[in-house]
Amino acid sequence: MFDIRPVETDYVRQRAAEFRAQVARRLDGSLTEDEFKPLRLMNGVYLQLHAYMLRVAIPYGTISPDQMRTLALLAEKWDKGYGHWTTRQNIQFNWPKLVDIPDMLDALADVGMHAIQTSGNTIRNVTTDAFAGAAFDEAADPRPYAELLRSWSTDHAEFQFLPRKFKIAISGGKKDRAVIAAHDIGLRLTEQNGKTGFEVWIGGGLGRTPLLGQVVRDFLPEEDLLPYVEAIIATYNLAGRRDNKYKARIKITVLERGLDVMRAEIEEEFLARRRDFHGADRDALAVFKDRFRAPSFRNAPIDGYEAERQANPAFRSWTDTNLHQHRVDGYASVAVTFKAPGQTPGDASASQMRLLADLAERYGHNDLRVMHDQNVALPHVHKSDLPALYAALREAGLATANAGLTSDIIACPGMDYCALATARSIPIAEEIADHFRTLGLEEEIGNLNIRISGCINACGHHHLGHIGILGLDRAGVENYQITLGGDAYDIPAIGERAGAGFPAEQVVPAIDRLLRAYLEVRQDPSERFIDAYRRLGQAPFKAALYPAQADA
Amino acid sequence: MSKAFTPTADRPGVITGNDLREGHNLWMCDGGWTPDPRRATLFEDEAIAELALLEAIGQPGVIVGPYLVEAKRGPDGPEPVHFREAFRQRGPSNYFHGIQADRRTAEAQKTESAHV
Repeated sequence: MFDIRPVETDYVRQRAAEFRAQVARRLDGSLTEDEFKPLRLMNGVYLQLHAYMLRVAIPYGTISPDQMRTLALLAEKWDKGYGHWTTRQNIQFNWPKLVDIPDMLDALADVGMHAIQTSGNTIRNVTTDAFAGAAFDEAADPRPYAELLRSWSTDHAEFQFLPRKFKIAISGGKKDRAVIAAHDIGLRLTEQNGKTGFEVWIGGGLGRTPLLGQVVRDFLPEEDLLPYVEAIIATYNLAGRRDNKYKARIKITVLERGLDVMRAEIEEEFLARRRDFHGADRDALAVFKDRFRAPSFRNAPIDGYEAERQANPAFRSWTDTNLHQHRVDGYASVAVTFKAPGQTPGDASASQMRLLADLAERYGHNDLRVMHDQNVALPHVHKSDLPALYAALREAGLATANAGLTSDIIACPGMDYCALATARSIPIAEEIADHFRTLGLEEEIGNLNIRISGCINACGHHHLGHIGILGLDRAGVENYQITLGGDAYDIPAIGERAGAGFPAEQVVPAIDRLLRAYLEVRQDPSERFIDAYRRLGQAPFKAALYPAQADA
Repeated sequence: MSKAFTPTADRPGVITGNDLREGHNLWMCDGGWTPDPRRATLFEDEAIAELALLEAIGQPGVIVGPYLVEAKRGPDGPEPVHFREAFRQRGPSNYFHGIQADRRTAEAQKTESAHV
């Protein structure tokens, strides 16, 4: 567990005080809205459809029980009792009053948290695998590197006004659980000749021009991480377009200039910059590696766990879907899904947050992770504690056995909250989840990633869904386009648009036809939807979505 | 949403934005501001509406991002035309929060005081 040092707490307190003064100057008329807006955005404060929104950073999704309790306090005292996990491992509060936000930032500063660089054209929260330090397939724990990048990028003077926002993800596992291919920079930890380093990807991103990243460096030794990342961003900072917001992300810079040109410039910049790094970064990395030491794992029998699995089918089902293999025998990583029936994907109440904090202390070595799919993980739980953990989660409505299934849908807030949205996402997600739960088909369908965005900016990662749904405004009516074949994990792929969009009330019937067609054509239950799609192509699925056209 | 909307007699409009201090939605009403969209002033004349919008822009200590948007005449006052404005006037669909909840609270208080 990473501990916050006093110097960092002092820094966030000072930033909170600075923002309090800025709010006061806005309220007394010394600052215009045009002057204030960039200042509030630097502190994660947006103005949304119904209210202000505060986005709080959860660095690489790692959060301590005390910090989680502070989020619960914020939800209860200054919001409407809940918060929303985002796809970048942060949390958003949907109803804060501007006049209260300075107090909220002070409360966050008490536990070393803040909202700095959760908005604006800066380097945003560095994200990683929620099972970092726990996963069985890890080359190395990505968190010390993520922390190094976080410390370096916070208030990095050169990179406060980039052409556009900049997102970095880092993955330690053989399987990529951090979606590195869809980030401005993706880093995959790997080993070469006994040395730890990174495969470096650049130019990935979703939004209106979805593109997968490309490998710009096959192997970067770990000690060169900061100078190389700095070289990439410095190159982009100069070459990236500032004339057109929609062409300003690094993915467009790479697309327009070509990977080889970018690579040559980055390598040249890297050689120049590396001379200015005199080892402080490597010293810091050593300190961070020490601060992310593994907890003292227990060696205990797991007979009780096995017995409970035999005795309790609901528990067995939950352990089948919501556990992830741990690197230590007798342990598991637990995904607590926030996708219960009738629940808004990713919304957590204050009492649920407090319960997670308590359970992490009791059963989880004080460690909690916000997952990019809007769930929360307890990365280290001894299997003998799983029955008790499950019982406590179940009481709070948090034991839904659906991780990776049809109802485990990623959905952005959509037009229920977001000022940029063109249609709602949440009701569509709820309807799809309810429909397949009621039919009892979830288990039969198996692993399926449905992703819903309420506008082309793609915060719901619809392009990466096995089934993606994009909400649009078509002549004043909500309309939903369906994309098929996207994948965030195994073989990264951007989904292909299936055809004309559907009105809201026809989305569930369309997905129903699609999944029934899948059940018909799959070779056996081990062939997932995405596998069947890859084998057969779009035709049978398109025919199911558009039966009238297929008959014509 | 069209921020460049200009009202006419056939396509009237209202002026709306967000409360600076608290963030909730407000509508221009007789030169002041109301959280009740049904009480909004319905503008049917381009020149009058644009002058009113200038007046709104001139109140940065009250309102953030004021804009003109199409509305239609309804039995209880102006009604939204586009679904985005309908959501702004109601609140989110996943929780009973926002204006729909505030309205119920206000009406309950009204009933309560009527019984006193």
